[in-house]
Amino acid sequence: MLEHYLSIFITTVFIENIALSVFLGMCTFIAISKKIDAAFGLGVAVIAVCLITVPLNNFIFNTILKDGALAWAGLPDVNLQFVGLISYIGVIAAAVQILEMFLDRFVPALYNALGVFLPLITVNCAILGATLFMVEKDLKFGESVVYGLGAGVGWAMAIVVLAGIREKLKYSDIPDGLQGLGVTFLIVGLMSFGFMSFGGISL
Amino acid sequence: MTVKKYKEVLTKPLLEENPITLQILGICSALAVTSNLSVTLVMCVALTSVVSFSNLFISIIRNYIPSSVRIIVQMTIIASLVIVVDELLKAYDYETSKKLSVFVGLIITNCIVMGRAEAFAMKEKPLISFLDGLGNGLGYSIILIAVAIVRELFGAGTLMGYEILPLVSNGGWYPANNLLLLPPSSFILIGLMIWGIRTYKSDQVEANEYKLSKHATAPDLSKRELNA
Repeated sequence: MLEHYLSIFITTVFIENIALSVFLGMCTFIAISKKIDAAFGLGVAVIAVCLITVPLNNFIFNTILKDGALAWAGLPDVNLQFVGLISYIGVIAAAVQILEMFLDRFVPALYNALGVFLPLITVNCAILGATLFMVEKDLKFGESVVYGLGAGVGWAMAIVVLAGIREKLKYSDIPDGLQGLGVTFLIVGLMSFGFMSFGGISL
Repeated sequence: MTVKKYKEVLTKPLLEENPITLQILGICSALAVTSNLSVTLVMCVALTSVVSFSNLFISIIRNYIPSSVRIIVQMTIIASLVIVVDELLKAYDYETSKKLSVFVGLIITNCIVMGRAEAFAMKEKPLISFLDGLGNGLGYSIILIAVAIVRELFGAGTLMGYEILPLVSNGGWYPANNLLLLPPSSFILIGLMIWGIRTYKSDQVEANEYKLSKHATAPDLSKRELNA
């Protein structure tokens, strides 16, 4: 059983890395990767939010939205899957808001470190993407916890690595037109070619 | 005056203020759905209609949205529009909807939609907001279609599924470049495209944060202080 969870974790972090294999959360990935500190803070925030929202959405999907899931309420014929998208994004927005208030009240040090990044996360497609992939893969609750953690860790790792490379880039002489955004795209392309080599691993 | 303004709002995002290459918005889907031109076209139509209608509706009710909950209100409008698009696609083009998988749903968090709602539709009148959405959707589409044409034509020798360059494997002369069919190649293509656009429009070039000092090949002896 532990092996099964471990293999889901490794698969999500390396083989199906949410940033470099499925390209989610790219806007923040490229915009906030100039400094390692900021990238690390954002990465931790994404891990936390993924870990909360993916299992929460899994619970909502399995008990309310899925075809025939409302049988416990005496409504076996109801299929609410079409309101899925709006409820997932609602859950994510609410969870981010609650997390922000919770941190502000109880862990102010962490709130000060993550504060600026939390509102950004609502519109980070890595979070919604993780939820949608979870629904598509039809994971159970326990699996979805591991999947959420893996998705967050994979994304955080990728953005820290990219920030490290970009910090080193200040020593290089880049053509004018390629400065900033252009060269970042090329680096991310090469990084994701690198990550494709994990694709051959089967667990 | 007004016609001129409408035209400007509609055409500026196409090249000058392109959402993808200048504003770094909406990149996720640009990379993942561009290996096949017909799928890309469906995605472009989906995104353009969502961004223009969300701008229209948000602009209509902009004076009634309390600013403290505006993100949730915008999200709800956008999510409802995406659900409509998603259900329509499932009903009429199930094959393409399967290929796009989660990326239609991800239009909700596409930063172009949120960005335009927040930056334009909350301030301007409905008609001009609609045109702004349309312009940004088209700017996004231009980049996506260009990337998709390169990837499909040189990666598989086809366009929209029709054979343009006969492949060696089918008795033709063109050896397919499979590298272009892999998703990371679209990063490289967009990177090169940004380089091209910025060489042509040099005002878009980002300032270099760090300047390398001139490298002296030989030690400058005249500046050396004597070790007194």
